Amino acid sequence: MILQAIAFYVFSTVLVGAAFMVIAARNPVHSVLFLILAFFSAAGLFVLLGAEFIAMILVVVYVGAVAVLFLFVVMMLDIDFVELRRGFLQYLPTGVVIGLIILGELLLVAGIAIVTPETAGLAAHPIPSVATRTNTGALGDILYTNYIFLFQAAGIILLIAMIGAIVLTLRSREGVKKQNISDQVNRRREDGVEKVTVRPGQGI
Amino acid sequence: MEIGLGNYLSVAAIIFTLGIFGIFLNKKNVIIILMSIELMLLAVNINLVAFSAFLGDLVGQVFALFVLTVAAAEAAVGLAILVVYFRNRGDIDVENINLMKG
Repeated sequence: MILQAIAFYVFSTVLVGAAFMVIAARNPVHSVLFLILAFFSAAGLFVLLGAEFIAMILVVVYVGAVAVLFLFVVMMLDIDFVELRRGFLQYLPTGVVIGLIILGELLLVAGIAIVTPETAGLAAHPIPSVATRTNTGALGDILYTNYIFLFQAAGIILLIAMIGAIVLTLRSREGVKKQNISDQVNRRREDGVEKVTVRPGQGI
Repeated sequence: MEIGLGNYLSVAAIIFTLGIFGIFLNKKNVIIILMSIELMLLAVNINLVAFSAFLGDLVGQVFALFVLTVAAAEAAVGLAILVVYFRNRGDIDVENINLMKG
């Protein structure tokens, strides 16, 4: 139990520190790297909570896909980040006031949150004991039966997002020389070779 | 040293607030704003999984999975819009995004 507490405090400290550095780092590349660290720490917290599948998905999807996408965009766009830093402190007072209010309200709610004994029987799909079913198996049991339509809808959302991203960024540029396989294959000898009769003593 | 529901909710609250704070602080840089939104969604996921674990209900984890899906889609489309905007304008200053005069 003491080990669990130590792990919780280590993961949450790293998580909060990394999250702070995401918004405070001068270089956006560092921000993305701190975002990756934050996601790793959150995955550790999820493992502590017994949600291994969500933890691994977090690492695979966020660290493997989303964070790399961010890194790709940050490095691909030629942006003057010094210019973007101007006015950094302009909204600091407003941000601090609103942030502290929201934090106070959330902590007020979180601090008094207790699980009453009556909620024990209310679970729609109780978590099975680890001895009988793994977390991944239990999730699959209800995801592919009770939540199959939501699962399909999630897939459609991803498909639409993929098509949308491709359509948004696709552009056909004029004046770019591209290989045209059809033209290459259709080219015949008569198109490329010309027979010229050259008279003696004269050029072509 | 008992780690209860309140501890996880407090961490999630701090992360969520940092996300909001990041939007205020980096008002010009869209990339940081998108990352702040990701942080806020992560905080929501921590909340969902913590409640799922402490209430003994698996549905919270299923919902966290769907939030993860939508967050990934949102990041992809948001960054695509950002790339198109940068291609048209040459910078990503949020304060200049008033093409539609809305």
